[in-house]
Amino acid sequence: MARIGVFVCHCGENISATVDCGKVAETIGKLKHVAYSTDYKYMCSDPGQTIIKDAIKEHNLTGVVVSACSPRMHEPTFRKACAEGGLNPFLCEMANLREHCSWVHEKNDLTTEKAIDIVRSQVEKVKLNSALQPIKVPVTRTALVIGGGIAGIQSALDIANCGHKVVMVERSPSIGGHMSQLSETFPTLDCSQCILTPRMVEVAQHPNITLYTYAEIESVEGFIGNFKVKIRKKAKSLDEKICTGCGLCTTKCPQKKIPNEFEQGMGMRPAIYIPFPQAVPNRPVIDREHCTYYIKGKCKVCEIVCPTKAIRFDQPDEILELEIGAIVVSTGFDIKHADFFPEYGYGKYKDIIDGLQFERLASASGPTTGAILRPSDGQVPKNIVFIACAGSRDPAKGIAYCSKICCMYTAKHAMLYKHKVHEGKAHVFYMDIRSGGKNYDEFVRRAIEEDHVNYIRGRVSTIYERDGKLIVKGVDTLLGAQPVEIVADMVVLATAGIASSGAEELAQKLHVSYDSHKFFAEAHPKLKPVETNTAGIFLAGACQNPKDIPDTVSQASGAAVKVAALFSQSELTREPLVAAVNRSGPPMYSTCVGCFLCQSVCPYQAIEREDFKTRDGKIIKTVAKINEGLCQGCGTCVALCRSKSIDLQGYSNNQVYAEVVALLNEY
Amino acid sequence: MSDFEPKVVAFVCNWCTYAGADLTGTSRIKYASNVKIIRFPCTGRIDFMLLLKAFANGADGIIVSGCHPNDCHYTSGNFHAKRRWIMFKELMDFMGVDMNRITFSWVSAAEGAKWADVVNTTVTRLREMGPYVSYRDLVNKSVEEEVKNE
Repeated sequence: MARIGVFVCHCGENISATVDCGKVAETIGKLKHVAYSTDYKYMCSDPGQTIIKDAIKEHNLTGVVVSACSPRMHEPTFRKACAEGGLNPFLCEMANLREHCSWVHEKNDLTTEKAIDIVRSQVEKVKLNSALQPIKVPVTRTALVIGGGIAGIQSALDIANCGHKVVMVERSPSIGGHMSQLSETFPTLDCSQCILTPRMVEVAQHPNITLYTYAEIESVEGFIGNFKVKIRKKAKSLDEKICTGCGLCTTKCPQKKIPNEFEQGMGMRPAIYIPFPQAVPNRPVIDREHCTYYIKGKCKVCEIVCPTKAIRFDQPDEILELEIGAIVVSTGFDIKHADFFPEYGYGKYKDIIDGLQFERLASASGPTTGAILRPSDGQVPKNIVFIACAGSRDPAKGIAYCSKICCMYTAKHAMLYKHKVHEGKAHVFYMDIRSGGKNYDEFVRRAIEEDHVNYIRGRVSTIYERDGKLIVKGVDTLLGAQPVEIVADMVVLATAGIASSGAEELAQKLHVSYDSHKFFAEAHPKLKPVETNTAGIFLAGACQNPKDIPDTVSQASGAAVKVAALFSQSELTREPLVAAVNRSGPPMYSTCVGCFLCQSVCPYQAIEREDFKTRDGKIIKTVAKINEGLCQGCGTCVALCRSKSIDLQGYSNNQVYAEVVALLNEY
Repeated sequence: MSDFEPKVVAFVCNWCTYAGADLTGTSRIKYASNVKIIRFPCTGRIDFMLLLKAFANGADGIIVSGCHPNDCHYTSGNFHAKRRWIMFKELMDFMGVDMNRITFSWVSAAEGAKWADVVNTTVTRLREMGPYVSYRDLVNKSVEEEVKNE
């Protein structure tokens, strides 16, 4: 006979403020089969867990219900406690009284009644639980890093330095990401490329890192420790092994009028190109969309001039299939572009640019070799206006969040401008200055006090052109909302940081959650900022939300440690909550009739065929069999099975039915 | 019928809606306490016969909720659930089960506020509809009759 122990947690006051925990414990204690019932302030604490362990021994419990927070929070804690108390961990269930009851309802009898019902349903469920043994699965000790910006670079290097193999996939022709585009970095004003490029080279030369640039993720299957990843290596149209990277082809290419992505459209590039001089790998690719040969069928100048005959016009895309143990997603961010700001005339007036374009102007390797010049006429702007929060923190524009980096880089831009154009005037329109970070506020003060940047607290309503000048109309809210009009030569918009293009498709391939802005979702906002809801997939950098470089690097190292911890063992244990097809003695063998409809719905190809044979090898019956190593326990086959021959451990038909009955019926 | 409080059971998947409902709690958004949640690994696991069992056992309304299309933790479970739902709905409607008593929705792990909204909207609708006695009577009667015939 079942002997169930029920442990009701107050969670400090989180539960007990609205639920009468004493009454819950008392009422449940009167139920049939409940051998022990108690309440305690913090069940997850050491003394709380001891209560459970002692009660298991003392009352010889056959099942435990911990009525506390969400099982997504503490199920592992209490299952471990049960195991330590000598009870199979899978005979422990949690009743979610906090997230699903005390936090969402007012304090009254109904809330306590609901709490009792929730606990009751779990008591009924746990009676039907069976003792299960964890499943061991092997771990492939190779990590996949998706995205080769500073986040990916840091993660890859950290994992590789732990002695594990890393595969890095970057969709553009070079690694480096947005950081390689930056001029100087706040708050130290050290040159971005100077600190980044050694890391890029390290990635390329590291014996444990395999780098695939100009490549994208085609599909991801499998599960933690055992992912099967298909990578599409886009055709670079040249043989990388022969190419020496001399760059002769890039100088001779007749097509030279393609907006340069690396220069944010501030410069032009040929159809065969190396994205920037320090690119890793330093080999060109042919942009087939713009190449004259692919458009018109003739040209081939690059092939003629190539000294090593490395050009391969007929090179196909290559699909690689890799076995991967863990994945770090570090796909970074984009910034909001062009037509998003019609009121600011972005896209209409050439001298209104975005923050990333200003980075390229200020960069020594940029289109103007570091001189701040107006895109329209190449003149030095005498008056420059920076607009912070262009798009960010603007629910009307659909972006309610703060992009975090703009306050700091706007201060940096204003400073860089003043350092290059001493007699120029820099104005910044801002909503608030958000400069939390080590030496960040001091940096902004320096811009205001030492470099005399004119900070105006207010929004800009409109920008229009008059006599070749840009008229910026705004308001100064610190002067009683007085209208401000600045005649500017150039305007820089600190546009919002948004999710990288293709983030949604990638999230769907990886089966990780993402928010309404398409940023990847972490498993817990505070305590699991690096993990995703999918085991074995971790996040690094601005693919989660806009972040500055120090935060990105910290998180990337955090993700790397998670991967290293996973790879520290050759096997990992997995929850045995998998499906099973019933078996019985001859002549039935199983109620399964062998229709194999389950096979067609299983997303993991976990359903196999098993033959029952006579002694002379004649097949009597063929039935379905679950491969426990592959089954992930979704239960789609269970609901589909016409003869009810498949059941799911932990969510069996009997268990869920018992839950339904308990929830709805009076006791 | 003004003080009628419907009994609502929610069948939700672990990865999206259960987590979303957890977020509702973490965000301290209040909703009607009529709803009680049953956790499934995936909406694909939900056998729709259970919905009928719930009605037979006294439920006045049911919510089925899982991951948005393409977001399923198990790739395709929610698509199977949706297909099954389309079939089930037609059949039940034909048999005279009031389909307004079932809410089928997608609530992601990031949509705590949406979960509260789904619950409140459903509960408000069910309050107006009143208790679902017709189905319970039908089931109980048929059992009684069967017993009698035996």
